[in-house]
Amino acid sequence: MITVAKELWKGNEAIAEAAVRAGCRCFFGYPITPQNEIPEYMSMRMPQVGGVFVQSESELAAINMVYGAAASGVRAMTSSSSPGVSLKQEGISAMCSGELPGVVVNMMRGGPGLGTIQPSQCDYFQATRGGGNGDYRTIVLAPCDIQEAVDMTQEAFDLADIYRMPVVILGDGMIGQMMEPIEWHDIPKRELPPKDWTASGRKGRDHSNFVTSLRIDAADCEQFNLSLEAKYKTIAEKETRWAEQDTEDCEILVVAYGTPSRIALSAVEELEAKGIKAGLFRPRTVWPFPSERLAQIAAQPGLKAILVVEMSLGQMLEDVQLAVKGAKPVRFYGRVGGMIPSVEEIAEEAEKILREVQ
Amino acid sequence: MDGRDALPAWLTARRLTALVGHSGTGKTEVAVNMALTLARGGVKTALADLDVVNPYFRSRERQDLFRELGIRFVSSAQAMVDADVPSLPAELNALLQDGSLRSILDIGGDSGARVLGRYRRQIAGQDSQMLFVLNARRPQVSTPEAAEWNVRRIEDIMGLPVAGIINNTHLCGETTAEDILLGASLAEEVSRKTGIPVVCHTAERSLAERLPALAEPVFPIEIYMKKPWEK
Repeated sequence: MITVAKELWKGNEAIAEAAVRAGCRCFFGYPITPQNEIPEYMSMRMPQVGGVFVQSESELAAINMVYGAAASGVRAMTSSSSPGVSLKQEGISAMCSGELPGVVVNMMRGGPGLGTIQPSQCDYFQATRGGGNGDYRTIVLAPCDIQEAVDMTQEAFDLADIYRMPVVILGDGMIGQMMEPIEWHDIPKRELPPKDWTASGRKGRDHSNFVTSLRIDAADCEQFNLSLEAKYKTIAEKETRWAEQDTEDCEILVVAYGTPSRIALSAVEELEAKGIKAGLFRPRTVWPFPSERLAQIAAQPGLKAILVVEMSLGQMLEDVQLAVKGAKPVRFYGRVGGMIPSVEEIAEEAEKILREVQ
Repeated sequence: MDGRDALPAWLTARRLTALVGHSGTGKTEVAVNMALTLARGGVKTALADLDVVNPYFRSRERQDLFRELGIRFVSSAQAMVDADVPSLPAELNALLQDGSLRSILDIGGDSGARVLGRYRRQIAGQDSQMLFVLNARRPQVSTPEAAEWNVRRIEDIMGLPVAGIINNTHLCGETTAEDILLGASLAEEVSRKTGIPVVCHTAERSLAERLPALAEPVFPIEIYMKKPWEK
């Protein structure tokens, strides 16, 4: 038998396998490019592990099946791409209200509307602001490579169970479509609360569990919203993640997430080769956003400007501006509609900005 | 340049070569390298991108290079690819009929081979071969049993026999000689089980020079299908 240290995986398949290894036993989805390998892989794997795979009649049905499975205590997941994730927003809002754990993968493609199947990051607002109705948030994990996508998918199920809420894996289409070597390792063990709230049979309790998103009494509904707010505060304190490189004495800081952060990193290296002090800041959670650390870097006296790079027309840009609070000039470079920024474009933009702010 | 003599025999063995295999084994990279090697060796070459499964990382991204070397490139319109329409280019018929062209057909992974079933008769009647691209680091084909199953499935879908195995074992930029040798022994076992010969082992040029002697030729390749952050 061949022992394999590293394996070559396609992003979508790897995310699906990571979910299976994390104990996901219900998958509901509907085909849409560029995430089709997730349901395809799940249709093969779920029967093998005694789980359930349903290709639902619509995205709306899929997310509500996740609601049902989660309410019964099963680890459940759905995946889609931008237009399909729009359709799921009502169900995500209901899951936040019902305090139901679940994992939602969005392999973003160019929009608005049906847009294009090429990669994009145009759903940042939708993912980080709560795309459906109501005062709610979801934890949003933003992997930049397949190894991170695999690790984050496994962690997502723990985070969903700990905080009893949907967790979104926000990948641009490239994460789903590209091939990369990965290794399977155990994620850090988290202490999980007992699932004593599930609607999965009375089991000798003196009360019935009831999962709902309806709170007719206004005072009750306000109290519930405040309890959510307290939960979100805890998450912001404990679960905010980011990565940074060469930020200690940089004069230009590039901020990017997902695969554009890798293009930005190549640009940073190109700038450094020219003798320019450049750094990279990469949010790994985009909600909660790593505002505090970004503000610290922005306050460094040597830093002259910040360049935000996205495959959108400037969405994360607003979170950066909110964090930096005008301490330094914040500029933007983005490509949209399925177009991908190049290393050269980012490096040129950074040099241009540095000339302008001198 | 006339480098025809330098071209390996397996590469020029047949007028039409169709590359099949499990998804993500690197068929496109091998196809691009085969076409470029033929063209640089002075052979009138065509490359057809017939993948109806993958929307990204397609050989069309290197069209400028093909044009520069006079390679006839055939693929569905970008609009068809982006509309998720599994269409085949009508121009494919030219490749099947023009006896003066040596053609490399890059077929989609696994059931993506189904699209070529439609051309089964035209291909079978030609001077053609179907080669199976194998990557031992792809977990779904990393055992001889799984790989053999994959070979037979594709043969069933296509209605054509696999004539040879290309060991294209790699881990993208992290490939070592050890990976290629692991792939060589897997390919050998698959060959023993199926009776299908191993035709070559691929290796990036710098790695190819450091490989120990193998029973079959090593095909030195360059990486053309790059990710946007790769130099």
